[in-house]
Formats: sequence, structure tokens, C-alpha cells
Amino acid sequence: MATRTETLTVNMGPQHPSTHGVLRVVLELDGETVVSADPSIGFLHTGIEKTAEQKKWQQIVPLVERMDYLGPQSNSLGFCLSAERLLGIEDAIPERVQYIRVLIAELQRLSSHLVWFATHAMDIGAVSVMMWAFREREQLLNINEMVAGFRMFPSYFRIGGLREDLPRGYKEVVKAFLEKMPGKIDEYESMLTKNQIWIKRTKEIGYLTKEQTLALGLAGPMLRAVGVPYDVRKTFPYSKYETFEFDVPTRTEGDVFARYQVRMDEMRQSVRIGLQALERISPSGAYDCGDYRIVPPPKDRVYTEMEALIQHFLIYSQGFNVPKGDAYVPIEGPRGEQGFYLVSDGTNRPVRVKSRPPSFYAIQALAPMVVNGLIADVVAVIGSTDIVLGDADR
Amino acid sequence: MSEIDFSFLDLVRQAVPGATIDTGDSRDMASAFVDREHLVDVCRTLRDHADLQFAFLADLTAVDRLPSSPRFEVVYQLACLGPAFGTGVARRFRLKVRLMNDDARLPTVSGIWPAADWAEREVFDLFGIDFTGHPDLRRVLLPDDWEGHPLRKDHPVQIRKDTSSWSPMQLTEAEFTANMKAAREHAARAARAIVGQRGQGD
Repeated sequence: MATRTETLTVNMGPQHPSTHGVLRVVLELDGETVVSADPSIGFLHTGIEKTAEQKKWQQIVPLVERMDYLGPQSNSLGFCLSAERLLGIEDAIPERVQYIRVLIAELQRLSSHLVWFATHAMDIGAVSVMMWAFREREQLLNINEMVAGFRMFPSYFRIGGLREDLPRGYKEVVKAFLEKMPGKIDEYESMLTKNQIWIKRTKEIGYLTKEQTLALGLAGPMLRAVGVPYDVRKTFPYSKYETFEFDVPTRTEGDVFARYQVRMDEMRQSVRIGLQALERISPSGAYDCGDYRIVPPPKDRVYTEMEALIQHFLIYSQGFNVPKGDAYVPIEGPRGEQGFYLVSDGTNRPVRVKSRPPSFYAIQALAPMVVNGLIADVVAVIGSTDIVLGDADR
Repeated sequence: MSEIDFSFLDLVRQAVPGATIDTGDSRDMASAFVDREHLVDVCRTLRDHADLQFAFLADLTAVDRLPSSPRFEVVYQLACLGPAFGTGVARRFRLKVRLMNDDARLPTVSGIWPAADWAEREVFDLFGIDFTGHPDLRRVLLPDDWEGHPLRKDHPVQIRKDTSSWSPMQLTEAEFTANMKAAREHAARAARAIVGQRGQGD
């Protein structure tokens, strides 16, 4: 009897733990080799952009934090910066606020990279790594809780500044954490970087060239792993990043292992930036731009002065008008260039709120990375892109 | 804030003589409207011109300006990475195309920036704007059987209706049976092969 060969179609996901959310990939297999891959997304589409069009400007901050749920404060930072640019108040934001924002954005990057590291290693089979990384992430969530009483989505950044001042004892806790962190990163690396199993599972798979990576719209660690030192913090600085000392780690191999190394080095740089920011944050001072048409007056004045009470009431009932126009201020999120394109028609509600979703573009690039590879490598490649489906689907 | 530099647009005007390029007022970066007939030529110039090199399409989206006319704007966020990618000056540029309500179509740029592929699918999905020449224009976020385009301003915010958001694999029953049968036979062959090897070893 003649042997008949045909390709096999395998439906990976949408409920597969290594798809980091709900991603479905329809794989066509010839034996163990992937012939074609068709990612299918949208399972977490919640219409946040449509909802945001119905809300007043300051009500959108908690909404955008729920897009990329592993880097919520990067989303709200991008949104606030774009909105502040539209309002024309970006020069009125005090330095102290900018430094606090930098500190929190870097803690957020650490937190997001820790979850990426934990799940990526777990996908490939290193389960104990996950326990170690989540131990430190738990402390970062506690730090979030200190600042806002909310662990995952603090909504601490507001258009025009911060919600309130840092709590007492915050800087000491963060300092202790950041000083301990480089040793912890060394510990993580001692488990994986020279581990033969890890190297064999990650080296020379999921390869993309420099030109491909850029053409597919991938920025951040994916682009730095092919040797392009593009970092929004350096190229298009925001929030006074130009005054901080840090390096942009790059690798040239462009495979899963290179992306792992880039992100591990980035965590070290985040610690470095965080410690510099801590030193610069003065113990007391302004925590918003002081323009009471946009930010509510402090509570002690609201409770004692009639004008402040009226202003507080106006901001929370009518909101504020944002001048006509559009703006897009890119920031360096944990997953690459992130930002919000905002369009205003001069009223208290936006016409359009569009997030630039790094995960969306990373999923698009999945097919060129896994085709002609082995099915066992698909999981490793998905992990290396560090996708968050909430960010891709919005 | 420093002045926004629009001078590089003269290079585009020279390279694509027929194109209308209107600079609008902008707060954050250079931005311009271009007519859709010259969109592809302008985009190719932006990417390939030695002094421009906008190799990075950061995002592609649309805005519904209902009730004003022209109704739609398709927005391209471009970046030249500058020294990071071995090119001259790092720059950002926002290109926009205006579209009328009854003629919401424009040529695809997915041949110039592959990143535009899914982004154009998303705009088609949520705004119903047609990208002519797109290789695979189907919905990306919403289920295939969804009716309407939710980010249009005339799409109601809350609708209550039965949805079948589960989209099945496109297999007929016969194909499914054949697929399962082939897999079972394959497994049986593999099992026989293992048993055979053991037999030789003993």
C-alpha cells in the first residue's frame, strides 16, 4: 500500500496556558514542522476605545490601565502625556512629578518583565523560576498598594500630575527593594543563562532579521535583540529621561535567547534609573501642575474653602475641555513603543482614543518566526515576544 | 516647546510632483494631509528617500469625524529612528488621508510596511474602510459574523442581541472524519514501529 502524506491542522489555544491570555493559533503541521501559522485574536476585545469616547478625559485613565494589564502604569503614562500635550501643559508639570513618574514607570517595567520571565521560563519547563520571579513581583504589587491602595491598576497618574503625594515610608521601601534586586537578577540568571537545556530550547529559534523586525513594526526588546539600539527614552525623550544615566542593552542574534538576554539587562538598567530617580525626588513638594481647571485642589482646601469645593465639584461632574487637535506622544513601555493617539474636538470628551499596541504587532510577526520551525518551539517563540492579549485586543 | 520642522516635506513634494500635501496645525510632530491617489507614491518616497527613511510605521488608525465631511481620516504614524538605525536625524511624522463617507476606500500600504497588514485589517474591522489591494482583508478583532463597524460614530454603544462569537474551524464533516482517521492510523503505525523495535532488541 502506498504511503499517503498530508499536513495536519492543529488548533493551539485559545485556552492554552502558554498563550499568555487567550490567543488561538491555527498551525498547519508537516510531521513536527510548522508549515503555516495563522494567529487569531480578539477573544479579549472589550471595546475600551469605544467606551473611552463616551467618557470624560479624566475618567479614561482607569480604562486604559486595563488594556495592557501587566504594564498598567505605562499605559496611563502614555495617555496622560498625550493629553497634557493637547492641553499644552507639558511644561507646567513639576520636575518632582516627572521623577516620580519615571520611578513608577521603571518599577512597572520590572514588574512586567518579571511576569514575562516567570511565564516564559515556565512554558519551557523551568517551573521553579516562576516561583522566584513571582516572589519579587509580589513585593512590587505591595509597593503599588502603598501608593494607591490598589495592587494591579493603581490609576495613580492623572492628567496634570499625580493623584496624591507619595505615602510616608514609600521611598525607604522602594530603596530597599531596588538595592536587593540586582542580586535577585543574578540569582535568576544563575538558573538559566548557562543552563544547557535553556540554551538548547532558546538559541537559534524564532529568528528575525533586522529589516524584518523593523518592517513588522516591532520595537522595544524585540528590535534591540537584533542590534538596533532604538529606545524611545533615548531617541524621543519624555518625562526628563534625557537627564538620567542608563544604557540601552542590545544583542545581535535576533533569536529567543537574545530577547531573553536583552530583557534581563533591561531589568538591571531599570534598577539603575529607579535609584537615580529616588535620589532626586524631594521629600515634599508639588505633586501636580497646580492648574485647578484640570487637577482638583488638595482635599484640605476642598473641605475648608468654597472656591476649592466648587472647583472640585466641576472637575468631577463636567470635567474639563481639551483644545481641538490631535497628539501622539510615544513612550517606552515594557513591550516596546507604546503611546496614545488622542483626537479632541474641543469638548470634555475625546473623539478618538487609540492605543499603539506593541502586542498586536508582535502577534502579527508570529507567523514569520515559527514557520519552518518545530512545533515544540512555537511555545518558546510566543513567550519570547512577551505578548499581553489585553493589549492586543483592547 | 521647540518649533515643528516641516521642511523635509519639500523633499516629498519634489519626488512626487503631482501630490497635494497640506500641512495642518499640529502640537506634537509634523503632520500633513495627502490625497489618496498619490498615497502609495508618497509613502514609498517617505520610506526610501535617502534623507527621509521613515522605515518604522508605528501605528495606523482611523478617525470618524461624523457629522463633518469628509467623514473619515486614516492616520499613519511614522518614525525615522535616526542614528539608532544608522540614518540621519530621528524624526516623527503623521500622515493623514481624508475619505468621503460614500467612498471610504484607499490603497493599501502593506506592500511598503508589512506592519500595516493587520493594522489595516483592524481599521476595516472597526470602521468599515476598504483597503484596495490588501492581500487578506478580513476582520481581526471581532468575530466574522459580526454586523456593523463599532468605532463608527453612528454605531450604537449598547446593543443587546444574540451573538455567535464562536467561529468554527472551516472543516466539513467529511474532512473532519478523514483528519481524525489519518491521525489514528498514524498513531497505530507509530505504535507498531515501537513494538517492532522492541521485538528486535529482545
